[in-house]
Amino acid sequence: MTDDITTDPTRPSQRMRAGSMVIGKLPWILAALFLIILPVIFPSNSAITIMNQMSITMVFALAYNMLLGQGGMLSFGHAVYMGVGGFACVHLMNVAGFFDYLPLPFLPLFGGLGGMALAIIVGSFSTRSAGTIFAMISLGIGELVAACSVIIVVFFGGEEGVSADRTLGMPFFGIEFLYQREVYYLIAFWLLLSAILMYLFSRTPMGRMANAVRDNPERAEFLGYSSRWVRFYSFVVSGFFAGVAGGLFAINYEILTEENLNLTTSGTILLVTFLGGVGHFFGPIIGTVVFTLVQTVLSLETELWGFYAGLLFLATVMFFPGGIAGLIMMHAPAIRLGKAGRLIMPYLICFVPAFFAVLGVAALIEMVFHVRHASVGDEEMSLYWMTFDSHALLPWVVAVAVTAVALALTRRAAPALRAAWNDANTPEGGSA
Amino acid sequence: MELIFVNLIDGLVTGLLLFMLSAGLTLIFSMMGVLNFAHASFYMLGAYFGYQISLYTGFWGGLVLAPIIVGVAGAGVERYGLRRVHQYGHVPELIFTFGLALLIEEIVQFIWGKNQVSYGIPEVLQFTAFSIAGNSIPAYKVFMIFISVAIFLGLLYVLTRTRIGMIIQAALSYPKTVEALGHNVPLVFMGVFGAGTALAGVAGVIAGPVLGTFPGMAFVLGSIIFVTIVIGGLGSLWGALIASLLIGWITTFAKSYNLEMADLLTALGFEKPEPIWDSAWRDLWTVTSPQIADILPYMLMVLILIFRPRGLFGKRDV
Amino acid sequence: MRTSLRLGAATALTLLITASAAYAENIKIAYIDPLSGPFAATGTNGLHQYEFAAEKLVNEEGGVLGGMNFEIVAFDNKISPKESLIQLQVAIDQGIRYIVQGNSSGVANALTDAIEKHNRRNPDNRVLFLNYSAVDPALTNDKCNFWHFRFDAHADIKMDALTDVIAENEDIKKVYIIGQDYSFGKAVAAAAVSFLGEKRPDIEIVGNELHPIGKVKDFTPYARKVTASEADAVITGNWGADMLGLGKSIIENGFDGPIYTYYAAADGITAAFGESGKGTLKLVAEGGDNPPDKEKAQEYIRAFKEKYPDGNLSQSRITNVVEMLAQAINEAGTADDVVAVANKLEGMTFSDGLWSGELYMRPQDHQLIQDVHIYGHTDVEAPFDFDNSGYGLKIEDTITNASADIDTTCEMERP
Repeated sequence: MTDDITTDPTRPSQRMRAGSMVIGKLPWILAALFLIILPVIFPSNSAITIMNQMSITMVFALAYNMLLGQGGMLSFGHAVYMGVGGFACVHLMNVAGFFDYLPLPFLPLFGGLGGMALAIIVGSFSTRSAGTIFAMISLGIGELVAACSVIIVVFFGGEEGVSADRTLGMPFFGIEFLYQREVYYLIAFWLLLSAILMYLFSRTPMGRMANAVRDNPERAEFLGYSSRWVRFYSFVVSGFFAGVAGGLFAINYEILTEENLNLTTSGTILLVTFLGGVGHFFGPIIGTVVFTLVQTVLSLETELWGFYAGLLFLATVMFFPGGIAGLIMMHAPAIRLGKAGRLIMPYLICFVPAFFAVLGVAALIEMVFHVRHASVGDEEMSLYWMTFDSHALLPWVVAVAVTAVALALTRRAAPALRAAWNDANTPEGGSA
Repeated sequence: MELIFVNLIDGLVTGLLLFMLSAGLTLIFSMMGVLNFAHASFYMLGAYFGYQISLYTGFWGGLVLAPIIVGVAGAGVERYGLRRVHQYGHVPELIFTFGLALLIEEIVQFIWGKNQVSYGIPEVLQFTAFSIAGNSIPAYKVFMIFISVAIFLGLLYVLTRTRIGMIIQAALSYPKTVEALGHNVPLVFMGVFGAGTALAGVAGVIAGPVLGTFPGMAFVLGSIIFVTIVIGGLGSLWGALIASLLIGWITTFAKSYNLEMADLLTALGFEKPEPIWDSAWRDLWTVTSPQIADILPYMLMVLILIFRPRGLFGKRDV
Repeated sequence: MRTSLRLGAATALTLLITASAAYAENIKIAYIDPLSGPFAATGTNGLHQYEFAAEKLVNEEGGVLGGMNFEIVAFDNKISPKESLIQLQVAIDQGIRYIVQGNSSGVANALTDAIEKHNRRNPDNRVLFLNYSAVDPALTNDKCNFWHFRFDAHADIKMDALTDVIAENEDIKKVYIIGQDYSFGKAVAAAAVSFLGEKRPDIEIVGNELHPIGKVKDFTPYARKVTASEADAVITGNWGADMLGLGKSIIENGFDGPIYTYYAAADGITAAFGESGKGTLKLVAEGGDNPPDKEKAQEYIRAFKEKYPDGNLSQSRITNVVEMLAQAINEAGTADDVVAVANKLEGMTFSDGLWSGELYMRPQDHQLIQDVHIYGHTDVEAPFDFDNSGYGLKIEDTITNASADIDTTCEMERP
């Protein structure tokens, strides 16, 4: 199935080609409506907190994908731009004479400027070449800035960070942003605005040239474009939006710490973006939703969440390099042919057992972990709302049996699925 | 004066350890174009396997067996993971190794738990080899130096004097031609990857007892080995050696001597702001070399990438 | 085990939101500390100690308010301030009123700040922050607030005790101070310099330096400097792998004077030092002796080790938190009105706890005043050793009611 995305193995960039699909006005309006009603569906504060976190990461991931997906530049230290933008905002919030006259919704703009300023400085030398040089410079700068964060206490506040109070800003039409919900709408507004702007940027000649430079810098040069300056502009714009994300972070959490700058955060955003799919504009958005749920919700349920996240990520890289978005877009031809409906039954037959196989394997992993690491005498474990004795034979037999049967069913259904897939992607009367 | 000599030895130990990791990494990179982010994870696996085996056979069994197991695991990763991802291009390959590093850390925690395991140096080597001005040099450090030097000489011999070494060298520069000559290049790739990770495994077995064997040990060493091979020049064994020693000595000396930024700034003609704790520049003025010793290599790398992208001994740009 | 794996993102989110209704009869305490990542070992061990303390000291004794049980709810903050704030919100949404946290002063600073803002903005569901281990002095000084209570002695109090002992030791003429380059490491160094200058002006400080936190692979160069300076004693605030690396290097390099530390026990560190740390490692902490004076405490440790053979009962303050909170709730007659509970907690004297000595929650700054001991790393018989290594801590000196009159800059605003 992967062959559908990799048209030419010698040209990796093919796989990363930004979706040729043009997004019209309708999806944006739907997205706006969705963002507006979301807090009505999930009204609790913790749900809103998680949604805020998602929205911030989305802005950041979209900014990151401007580099990775559209510009083909792999950065290992992009958290730095978000962090510096955020720190700039927190410091502004602490300047009483200034913040009193600044309505909070305008604050992220300054975060963007902060991120952009740093991106201009770093980009002036790091974007001279793409590829490994760029990646290694980004790694070095990331490590340097993260290390500075504990040394230069004046700006970064050491390991306890810098905190501020968002409610001290000038009330915005009477809103003081005391409550999570008010903050949510502020962040949602900026998410939509940034997403639209970033999308429009990718449609400008500049954004197009970024793709060209990514795919073939030499040809772009022959056309009269300096690939270096194209990379530089992409980098600066990406730095700006990363800074906006930092500003939103400052508003939501009212604190910035060393964690916002370090390599773990930079690595996470790479994971998120790649998981969602770098080849499509909306890929990072999907990646963010999935990853935030894994990190925040799954981690409440199991200590092994990092293990599952790692497995999920590796499986994505190995089998679906287009990410989740790529997986979804694989169905575009079938939909265009009007034959997507033919896939539903084979999918059900194949993926329902596959789902149980995954649950079964996860259960076995959890049971092994429980037997190995739980305290002595604590033989009772609960899994999937069932409580049982992890040292007894029966649960193991059940888990192994369920897994084996589910796997067998999946395997048996696979050929039919493959046939259905080929059928759905073949125009009526034509050959594959 | 004696302290300088002691520091030279300490830096040498650190440098040679780095070399064992970076040698494999630079070979893998120059051949396959992959920056293997999981390289330090294989080092960690080496330490943990060495620990586990040492429980049954003692340290020496671990020293022999663990690198072999790590090498086989590495070859398996190349065969069943990387080769598959290779078709998608270099960026996914790099991201694959990045994910692998995260996964290996999780697996290690799953099996051995999150605490440091008590992996100690063998009793035969628990004595002081010699002392210089009250500073003792443990026998184990001398042993580490000997192992690393032996490995370097062995590598050098294999790469320059044997047939397989010639094929590897040729495959480095002209993989297509080598393949056309009838050599199985994918097999060579797998072999190099396995050998490179096995080297990392050796480093893990001998460094685990002194630097600690815990799930974070790969992360601590992770990015510094990239820095080493970038500074040395990708694909150059000599470059890796020189850069490793350079980093070893720079960090050791920076830690040993309290050079203060204040002195440097004064020498440059700046005036120290008074009172210093009230100044916006206070953090800059109070920086000392031990504080920044471990980030000096990163500065060096960024500078080298800007001014000499091929590294000290590299033949081509990274 | 709390591991109930629920897949399906939407289900999980809904569950998360509706979970608040269940188990209304228990008094829930949110434990926000690292349960995954590099500090997971410490966090998991702490969680076990809380669960055990709640079970043994409260629930099995009949609970509080005539039969309500304590329930510890674990939240994994991955030692990240951001993640802690998210989990705090989740905890508050589940109707939890009591937050305990201890690992990392950075996280504690973020939490106390967020809780202060939350309580100001949402007077209907206020929460209390029971800090059991974060020792940044600022938390009960400049950054103090009514909702924060600290059960550990803070860094300055411990240094005060430590320097009392050093001052009495006439053999110590030269001291070397080394620490991690962040707020706590700097606070330790500054306190050491100021207290030593006050108590023993004749002691020469032959070294005072910081190294990057968590980044040093090999401590040998630092150890060489310590030897070269001919110091008689070393003072460090290092913890975790940095403590182990530094201590081992210094000892290996032939240093045989005392190394005064804050955190050099349990979590694998005691086992890793083993014989080599004997007579050298000195630790400042609160808590009991090993074995403890009270028979009840000995029983408690035996029972704990039976349940968690690989665990360590390393933080005696955890039982203090649980017992004092239970008493405050009983005295206030309510668990929901946290202001009433806080009013009972501040100024409380508590002496019939598990460990010897009297505890006093100072009302000015919500800092617990207690005995502080200097322990030596030495042979201790099981089960009172750490890491099942046969080594552990024994009290060598005790400062009663340490720093009871230490100054505070706290200006507390009460609701």
